[in-house]
Amino acid sequence: MVPLRYRVSWKRRETADTYTFALDPVDGAPMAYRPGQFNMLYAFGVGEVPISISGDPAAGPLIHTVRSVGAVSRALCGLREGDVVGVRGPFGSDWQVEAAAGNDLVVVAGGIGLAPLRPAIYRIMAERSRFGQVAVLIGARSPKDLIFQREIGSWRSHLDMEVEVTVDHAGPDWHGHVGVVTELIPPVAFRPEEATAFICGPEVMIRFAARALLDRGIPRDRVRVSMERNMKCAIGHCGHCQFGPDFVCMAGPVFPYQRVERLMSIREV
Amino acid sequence: MSLETIDQLLRTHPFFKDLDPGYLELVAGCGKNMVFETGDYLCREGDPADLFFIVRRGRVAIEVHLPARGSLVIDTAGEADVVGASWLFPPYRWQFDARALEPVGVVALDGACLRDKCEEDTRLGYQLMKRFAEILVERLESARLRLIDLYGGGRAG
Repeated sequence: MVPLRYRVSWKRRETADTYTFALDPVDGAPMAYRPGQFNMLYAFGVGEVPISISGDPAAGPLIHTVRSVGAVSRALCGLREGDVVGVRGPFGSDWQVEAAAGNDLVVVAGGIGLAPLRPAIYRIMAERSRFGQVAVLIGARSPKDLIFQREIGSWRSHLDMEVEVTVDHAGPDWHGHVGVVTELIPPVAFRPEEATAFICGPEVMIRFAARALLDRGIPRDRVRVSMERNMKCAIGHCGHCQFGPDFVCMAGPVFPYQRVERLMSIREV
Repeated sequence: MSLETIDQLLRTHPFFKDLDPGYLELVAGCGKNMVFETGDYLCREGDPADLFFIVRRGRVAIEVHLPARGSLVIDTAGEADVVGASWLFPPYRWQFDARALEPVGVVALDGACLRDKCEEDTRLGYQLMKRFAEILVERLESARLRLIDLYGGGRAG
């Protein structure tokens, strides 16, 4: 798996430490991918990290949203228009949006976890009539930590989709909900027995959000979660991302919740 | 709005689910409808806490004022939420500000009146205390989840 060269065609600041950028292939054809999959992005001379694809699989350039949390992601956030990066991928499992057709959908995102869910939200919106009630529930630390703010505003204007945002704390000019994202789950309208849920965020958030969804009555096998582990090779060779019997880079990052629920409660895993 | 309507509203409210009809009537007798315009305060930190509110419509910000930083919204309450537990415990003073983020309609219940009734009838007191305990546990869980920085983590994207 040799990285292909991609050139940054535009870059946008989302928050103080998070950027979204579009990549155009230098050598080959545009990449085909499914919502929820990730690429290995290589900042030349620094290193390679797994980053979920945050764009629309059906349109436009390859888009990634990166939060600066280490040396490589910091280098990626420092890229400028015209710079070139290496890209390997796409890798991993996807949200299986198609399989949710006919169901109500509850999408729960926390922090940067909205990025891997955005491709799924695009597909749901593009084929809205194929789904029942759709709710997108988003949590962030504060209003300034919220990514895709302008886009969330446009999603909210869709009358056939419930979009709720909550933050942990806010200034007096914030007129939205304040509290944790799990608090948005009990009041949201959906038919639990006919619903599918997608959850992405830090693992602790996934645990509490899944618990709240199960409390509402969503069947375990209809909850899908995107796991983050220390993915290095992305092709199941290095073993860094082993999670019980699975390698997250191969069997994941998107898993049925029932497959990882028990493992998430084992502290040594 | 009539007393009967407040009584009916409380009968269907989850907070009062399964409360004896006689107690519901008694609680409703301590209630009145109030309306707050955007920016109005339902209560201010330090003031005597003789009321609690059942939100009927609109959104309320629970705020704390930080010196040199201004107000910080630490919670919000919306339709069907209960605002205020300070009336239950000495010194019966509001711990936070509550401000209407939009036009808000509430049923305001007279906590001072209910305190006396709870002292006289400990079964009523227990029923109300159980319900408030559930709300306080939910708020404690929410505060704890926020303490652990739920959205932090090391994920780069």
